[in-house]
Amino acid sequence: MPLVKSGQIVEDRFVRVADGASAPDGIAVIVGGARFLAEAEVLLQRSAPIGVVWPNDRSVGALAPYLDRVALVALMFPSFRDGRGYSQARLLRERHGFRGELRATGQVLRDQFLFLLRAGFDSFEVAKDADAAAFAVSTRRFDVFYQPSGDGRATVFRQRLDRIGWGAQAR
Amino acid sequence: MYRYDEFDQALVEQRVSEFRDQVRRRLAGELTEDEFKILRLMNGVYLQLHAYMLRAAIPYGTLSSDQMRGLARVAQRYDRGYGHFTTRQNIQFNWIKLEEMPDTLADLASVGLHAMQTSGNCVRNITTDQWAGVAADEFEDPRIWAEILRQHSTLHPEFSFLPRKFKVAISAAAHDRAAVKVHDIGLRMVRDGAGEVGFEVIVGGGLGRTPFIGKTIKPFLHKRDFLSYIEAILRVYNQHGRRDNIYKARIKILVHELGAEKFAAEVENEWRAIKNGALALDPAVIAAVAARFSYPNYERLSDNPSALARARSEDRAFAAWFDSAVSNHRQPGYAIVTLSLKPIGGPPGDATAAQMDAIADLADRFSFGEIRVGHEQNLVLPHVAQRDLVELWQQLQMHELATPNVGLVSDIIACPGLDYCSLANARSIPVAQELTRRFRDPALARSIGRLHINISGCINACGHHHIGHIGILGVEKNGEEFYQITLGGRADEDAKLGTLLGPAVRYGEIADVIEDVVEAYVALRQRPEELFVDTVKRLGVEPFKERVYAAR
Ligand code: SF4
Repeated sequence: MPLVKSGQIVEDRFVRVADGASAPDGIAVIVGGARFLAEAEVLLQRSAPIGVVWPNDRSVGALAPYLDRVALVALMFPSFRDGRGYSQARLLRERHGFRGELRATGQVLRDQFLFLLRAGFDSFEVAKDADAAAFAVSTRRFDVFYQPSGDGRATVFRQRLDRIGWGAQAR
Repeated sequence: MYRYDEFDQALVEQRVSEFRDQVRRRLAGELTEDEFKILRLMNGVYLQLHAYMLRAAIPYGTLSSDQMRGLARVAQRYDRGYGHFTTRQNIQFNWIKLEEMPDTLADLASVGLHAMQTSGNCVRNITTDQWAGVAADEFEDPRIWAEILRQHSTLHPEFSFLPRKFKVAISAAAHDRAAVKVHDIGLRMVRDGAGEVGFEVIVGGGLGRTPFIGKTIKPFLHKRDFLSYIEAILRVYNQHGRRDNIYKARIKILVHELGAEKFAAEVENEWRAIKNGALALDPAVIAAVAARFSYPNYERLSDNPSALARARSEDRAFAAWFDSAVSNHRQPGYAIVTLSLKPIGGPPGDATAAQMDAIADLADRFSFGEIRVGHEQNLVLPHVAQRDLVELWQQLQMHELATPNVGLVSDIIACPGLDYCSLANARSIPVAQELTRRFRDPALARSIGRLHINISGCINACGHHHIGHIGILGVEKNGEEFYQITLGGRADEDAKLGTLLGPAVRYGEIADVIEDVVEAYVALRQRPEELFVDTVKRLGVEPFKERVYAAR
């Protein structure tokens, strides 16, 4: 599955480690959410970056105490239709201030890229090669956005005020 | 009327180009029908029994005459020359080829219309009072709020893949014509003790398989908090709404399972964290949207001009039409005119391209170029000078738009049913057509008085049978079409679900049984002015049941 990061197809520097297996030091690993919580102090002692794959039916609030030491959070899209990960992503970025890599994994198709970007994801395990290759085109299709989200793009509501010179007083 | 600014227009065009690419990928075999299904549903394209159907949004039911001509053009160019207006202020085209879908959408975009979010598990087209801006009992135009929410919910980065579809209705009048209590979120504009206008927030109403009347979770919401509070509701729902069972995925089930109080507390909690953030609405932001709504430049006229009074007393046909189709306008000398899309023997809600063009012309001549789509599958000319009513009526007759049955027994709401819909158990449209024939006599219909019949072809309740004064629901028994009947439902501020009358009846009997129900009502009512729903409320369904089933 190709990985897209910062708009480019890249090599994944993280290795997924199954729940029973040991997490070798020296390489970046991703572990399951339950295991991470159970072994957090030990895992965070390692020198290499640690990532967590977090289930979409559990509040991301449980991760909050560790977020400044976690390099990556992967959120799951078991199907294209399941949108819980979008809320989790926004909460991680906008409420809990997570600055690390936020990865979308599962059934990730080109038609979600822009929604995902706007929700705060910056890396994507894409289901189809052709979709990964189309990343740039798919995410440049729109330049008009109504909703404020953590990505900081100017909203239409704001641009309207700027246009008529109300921006300064309204801010 | 709201006019798109360059941002709105750009977004709609960008969406057309995205959809064009999605269709191209489907036709090239890069997407399976399963994958494409979710994408097409995000843009109002359904696969029906015989063809693809396109549902275009008519936000809060307001159309300009040019937009109506645009719809006529689409009906003519890409469909079979007609369109179907729905109960949710949308229009459906039943026969569009997938290859032509992108061009159809581009044509719609050229007149400021779109099909975004008219299906799929997202915030759907937001509906309001069909008389918004002209109703005498309204204290603010709810469409400004519907438009703000339309924009905010369009391609929302967090809420485009909700557990299930999500419908919002807004009403700003004392009398609720938007059925806010049977929506996922219903917003009723209210005034608090200090005279400030805000919103009562109702959640978890809905029809379908498990009907519920919504619960108030916030009695008064300030305008500045309109978006942040709705965002909080959607965020709680997106995370906690059930996704394991499609029939339990609507917010009404979450509200029911958690209890309204617990749900309200969750929302309140979430809301507190975001209410002072970027979603807090600046009055200038509201004003910028409101400024793009235009209102007619009315003449100073007085009510009931003498020519009108004369026509009403001298011409019985005109008087019958006037009594059913004409309603009070807030502006003296003007009237709200409903155009019946329920001709005797016709399918409810259909309009031909020629009728659409004619309506557009009449709107230009008589209604400041404005048209509304109502929830009863009728159209409305919202600003007609009373002195023009006779002439308008004559014109409407030529186009078969003056059936004097608005609000009466033959003004039937029906879903597409087995004639089009792949989920249907039974036919809806032919039942409606037969009933209009049974009650075709205008004098009879008038003597029966206000009576709403709603027909759904299956439990999904697209015809809103639960809230019909008489509700008819198609069910299947051993491969045969049967119909359940409920009485006493209503959608207004006293919203109530209908009560089952008795055993389901066969297709061949349904019209007879409904006639018997209506006869029973005429016999049972205390006086002619007692409406059908009020008689049912007073007596319950038992006396109806006795009369209707005794003979069978
Ligand atoms: S109520 Fe059933 S039959 Fe009628 S349109 Fe809806 S899904 Fe189809």
